[in-house]
Amino acid sequence: MINLQPYQNPTYFVLLAVALLPLAIGLLYGKRFKVYEMIVSFAFLLLTFGGVKLNEGLALLGYVIFETLLVCGYHAYRKKQNSGYVFVLAVVLAIAPLLIFKLTPFVTGKPSILGFLGISYLTFKVVGTVMETRDGMIKELKWYHVLHFLLFFPTISSGPIDRYRRFRKDYEKVPSREKYLELLGKGVWNIFLGFFYKFILAYAFGTLILPVVSKYALGHGGISWWLVAYMYVYAMDLFFDFAGYSLFAVGISYIMGVETPVNFNKPFISKNIKEFWNRWHMSLSFWFRDYIYMRFVFFIMKNKLMKNRVHIASVGYLLLFLIMGFWHGLTWYYIVYGLYHACAIILCDAWLRFKKKHKDKLPHNKFTECLAIFVTFNVVCFSFLIFSGFLDTLFFAK
Amino acid sequence: MKDTVLGILEDLTGSDEVSKDLDVNLFETGLLDSMATVQLLLELQAQCGIDVPVSEFERSEWDTPNKIIAKVESMQ
Repeated sequence: MINLQPYQNPTYFVLLAVALLPLAIGLLYGKRFKVYEMIVSFAFLLLTFGGVKLNEGLALLGYVIFETLLVCGYHAYRKKQNSGYVFVLAVVLAIAPLLIFKLTPFVTGKPSILGFLGISYLTFKVVGTVMETRDGMIKELKWYHVLHFLLFFPTISSGPIDRYRRFRKDYEKVPSREKYLELLGKGVWNIFLGFFYKFILAYAFGTLILPVVSKYALGHGGISWWLVAYMYVYAMDLFFDFAGYSLFAVGISYIMGVETPVNFNKPFISKNIKEFWNRWHMSLSFWFRDYIYMRFVFFIMKNKLMKNRVHIASVGYLLLFLIMGFWHGLTWYYIVYGLYHACAIILCDAWLRFKKKHKDKLPHNKFTECLAIFVTFNVVCFSFLIFSGFLDTLFFAK
Repeated sequence: MKDTVLGILEDLTGSDEVSKDLDVNLFETGLLDSMATVQLLLELQAQCGIDVPVSEFERSEWDTPNKIIAKVESMQ
């Protein structure tokens, strides 16, 4: 059987266009063909997780059954009682498959059979749903809705990370014709912009230029202008590749009448690192903000465990970015990347406080704004150089 | 109630801008951040007796003083 990874080649896109056409016509006439959509979803999941990837498909199947049972079980429990221990247990169980998958190679030296493409992203969705259930925000929860939410195929491999209540709200209603035409237009635009990003720009930066600068940087060894070039080229490749993918996922969702949240909003025009995280991989950073940082701060303040606001914020940032680092993978450069961003944002907060206090004395004009963008851009590009693991190859590879 | 909410916002933002312009976008202008948001939720609980879980906080629904006042009034 053939196997097609999402958004990788023309065949996938042609199949998508053909399969989605009836759905789009239905939505134009105010109808959601739910059964047809289910068949399409199943077919595309089978394309990605069948054939040579059948082992991943089976892992996915086991995973979603386990997580759906967990979410429904916790929801049923939460209707009657609300113990903090049970909540913590539910969260631990929700992330257990991901933890086992990530830790297995370190223990056994072999990759885990539990893994499949997208496991980390699905885990975010599950944990978010458990947390909102704990808050009593999810009143109605059906097992097939959870399954549908988790298996929504346009975003299954790498997000954007949607939220259960938001997804349900979109899906339960059919957009008006006017609204849907707008969505359709935006969806098609996103997909074509995605082609430009992923298959032209990311291809140029990542496939054509990066190997060349990489070769020269390694040939030179140590710190060189080639290394600086590598940093910028890698940053561009990373952005256009992932932003391109995200545009596809969002565009396809729009065509299906679902307004999946966007992932990127011109990240490189940010004036500080805090703004950067509101523009870069947004569904991930908002997830961390809402489910880790804000909850942590809320918990600490409510129980009066720490007094100083600045200290609470700093510890919160360290927690957030360390978890993000570990989530990316258990290598030193991902963890350093996390620490680096935590430090950057703590410094940024200190600077913003200083700026607020000395508002009248500090100049503010077009030049300082450009300078801020320039500095932020370079701080970010350097973080991606750490993230790329190239420094590891450069300095530590034998 | 309006005054209580504005009082809390003034304390948190350290400016009276929030009382001058009730439609100012608190997040875009940087007047509120996540930290101040959590404090806002805790203050609303303490001073107005309304319980807002963090999950309920959808930024776009709470991003101006007017919207916050309306939310608080609807939750009482």
